[in-house]
Amino acid sequence: MLHVALKAFHPAPLPFPLLHVDTTWKFREMIAFRDETARRLNLRLLVHTNQDGLARGVSPIASGSAAHTQVMKTEALRQALDKWKFDAAFGGARRDEEKSRAKERIFSHRSAAHAWDPRNQRPELWRLFNTRIKAGESMRVFPLSNWTELDVWEYVRAEQIPVVPLYFAKERPVVERDGALVMVDDDRLPLLPGERPQMRRVRFRTLGCYPLTGAIESEASTLDDIIDEMRAATTSERQGRLIDHDEQGSMEKKKREGYF
Amino acid sequence: MDDAPIRASALPPLRLLTCGSVDDGKSTLIGRLLYEQKLIFDDHLSALERDSKKYGTTGEEIDFALLVDGLEAEREQGITIDVAYRYFATSKRSFIVADTPGHEQYTRNMATGASNADLAIILVDARKGLLTQTFRHSYIVSLLGIRHVVLAVNKIDLVDFDATIFADIVRGFRAFAKQLGFLTIAPIPISARYGDNVSTRSARTSWYEGPPLVELLESIEVEEDRSRAPFRMPVQWVNRPHLDFRGFAGSIASGAVKRGDEIVVASSGRISKVAQIIGGSGEMDSAGAGDAVTLALADEIDVARGDVLAAPDRRPEVADQFAAHLIWMSSETLLPGRSYLLKIGAKTTPATVTDLRHRVDVNTLEKLAAKTLSLNEVGYCNLATTAPIAFDAYGDNHQMGAFILIDRFTNETAAAGMIAHGLRRATNVHLQNLTVGREARAKLKHQRAVTLWFTGLSGAGKSTIANLVEARLHARGAHTAMLDGDNVRHGLNKDLGFTPVDRVENIRRVGEVARLMTDAGLIVLCSFISPFRAERQLARELAAPGEFLEIFVDAPLDVVVARDPKGLYKRALAGEIKNFTGVDQPYEAPEAAEIVLNSAVEAAEALADRVIDELARRRFIESL
Repeated sequence: MLHVALKAFHPAPLPFPLLHVDTTWKFREMIAFRDETARRLNLRLLVHTNQDGLARGVSPIASGSAAHTQVMKTEALRQALDKWKFDAAFGGARRDEEKSRAKERIFSHRSAAHAWDPRNQRPELWRLFNTRIKAGESMRVFPLSNWTELDVWEYVRAEQIPVVPLYFAKERPVVERDGALVMVDDDRLPLLPGERPQMRRVRFRTLGCYPLTGAIESEASTLDDIIDEMRAATTSERQGRLIDHDEQGSMEKKKREGYF
Repeated sequence: MDDAPIRASALPPLRLLTCGSVDDGKSTLIGRLLYEQKLIFDDHLSALERDSKKYGTTGEEIDFALLVDGLEAEREQGITIDVAYRYFATSKRSFIVADTPGHEQYTRNMATGASNADLAIILVDARKGLLTQTFRHSYIVSLLGIRHVVLAVNKIDLVDFDATIFADIVRGFRAFAKQLGFLTIAPIPISARYGDNVSTRSARTSWYEGPPLVELLESIEVEEDRSRAPFRMPVQWVNRPHLDFRGFAGSIASGAVKRGDEIVVASSGRISKVAQIIGGSGEMDSAGAGDAVTLALADEIDVARGDVLAAPDRRPEVADQFAAHLIWMSSETLLPGRSYLLKIGAKTTPATVTDLRHRVDVNTLEKLAAKTLSLNEVGYCNLATTAPIAFDAYGDNHQMGAFILIDRFTNETAAAGMIAHGLRRATNVHLQNLTVGREARAKLKHQRAVTLWFTGLSGAGKSTIANLVEARLHARGAHTAMLDGDNVRHGLNKDLGFTPVDRVENIRRVGEVARLMTDAGLIVLCSFISPFRAERQLARELAAPGEFLEIFVDAPLDVVVARDPKGLYKRALAGEIKNFTGVDQPYEAPEAAEIVLNSAVEAAEALADRVIDELARRRFIESL
């Protein structure tokens, strides 16, 4: 999405800043890539962490995935949007990811309290987007709505876009938990009795908070490999996202509350 | 942003819409398509099996509909209430499916799905045959400009794969669809639940000789005539990274452009040449429909967001009045005369529906008289915008003829519109780009053009003072023209009477003439009773900004009745003249006239001097 935005405004520089809602539990390589990208492209990067949540000790380990996501992602995002008074925020969500996302608008209206009302969305015809909002309200904008996961990777390959190395297969220390391969990215992940990190050749299809993101065993170490692997895939990318499985319709609930 | 730019196959992705009502098996068909293309991931499939037991309507079998009915509320009610988008690809083509509800109360959702589709699958239940809803779906599909339809006669298993039933339905549909202008109609007997003729031809319908649905969708050509249409690019944004570069960014709606081509700014008529075409990765020699580019022009001409750059030899229409079909999308009904915001391309401008010509019954296609449109109703209307817009008929160019109306108070999208044609003869008379400007003409005369609008009761002294002002201006060497109410009614406006409607037209014409004269650099004196504030405001809006001075010649009614120079008040008071201002028609005094002259107190000569002083002070004429 960043690449598309840069191309859209070329030759002018990107006219808006980038915002990262940092839960402090992101993969270290993600953070390094974030900082390196902002430096390389000379972009204005804003980072926000829910300090209150941090002070209360909210974490995926201590609080569980649902509470952690609510406090450190959903609430943190709302805080950040309020703090900088953004009237629109771009996100890379796609309709093919999850059922409730399939009905998401490209310009998705949010109330002053950041709530999403899926029953009362503006009809979106042709390419005519109704961008009008009242004071305090905002828009979430999803320019990649109609792309599929495969489209994204084919675009990355065609445009030779740098990506976080975690998407490529490599020997990494993981433990197997509830059928998912969780990477031991630092020493904050408490090991359960009998668990011992093993080196497995894995990669990630999606990147969230590391204790909540499952890796897949893979040999795909190039973009070509990834695309071939995806064509043969029988599971969806968000399968690795443990937060979607909390309860039925859990994505829709999160989105109503302001989750991206 | 539109579709992803890179796709697995050479054919462009096919965007299709499925139409059918709750029980026609629409969602089941989509679920079946995804399932058979192995596009249901294992984790989704296990969730589906779990959900089928909880919400399903198919007993122990997998209920494919649950795969696509996304929102919780919909699952509980068992109907699709919004538009859901699904993506699948075969080895030959990729597809974007808009799944929309079929009930009449969801016409707006269907129109939304149809607005971006190339093809529609219209589902018919073989047991029920053609229903009102089939006609409704077909009409909306054609209204939104879809030219290719698949008539999927579903549940063919429940009529024992009967060829006659299928043939009757097809015959009936073709007869009805004649008036809808589809280019292709492909009828297929299917069973979405069991997969007959979905991916592979079914042995149970040996009488059917056509391809299965998937094969048809893979091969159909939805001719891409966007690239053959004339060049159009709505300007989204002026790209000015530094002082030495000014480019106009947008996505090319139709046609192609190459470096050196002449282009015209549709609304102003200004012509220039394309000096540079800049794409996301650098300079290009040419660009075509769908490309997002920044164009730098050879000349410094005025271009802003919302302008349309076009081919000079095949220009879009430019008009402020046009006829269009409207689909009403708001629970607040349409009010003709109310001001909405109209968004077309990248331009947003206030607009009103001036005349609702008829409503269309979406079930019977009958044209009905109507005063308003309610949610989900379709009408044919005249609209007027405050600024002229550049457009093509929707039938010729979807992107150039589609618009939405936005409620100015709630910001909701109130209607979707499709322009049929421009309304005034002026529509195809393109504004000439004048080489000698109005300011240049005025400068030669050592003056600035202005309209002096004298208003007041009959007998207040408007014409007397205006004549004195003109004589003084003439003596100073200024170039003037005089438009007098009585004189104009003997010539230009002799067809008009004194009803409120005629009075408005009278002032509109005078305002237009005054504008032409100020374009010639003249100081124009207009002397009209012009009793209504709205008309005077109209005259002011016709003038260029800052070039209109309202001069209120103020005299009380008893004074003018006593003067009565033409004997008119006497006759009006006797009832011999109708619609006479001050007697049986009101005079609305100006609230913010630039100059107020009290003619009951001061003499006409002194008042004329005051007008001259004011013109010098405002630098319309040079001080002596």
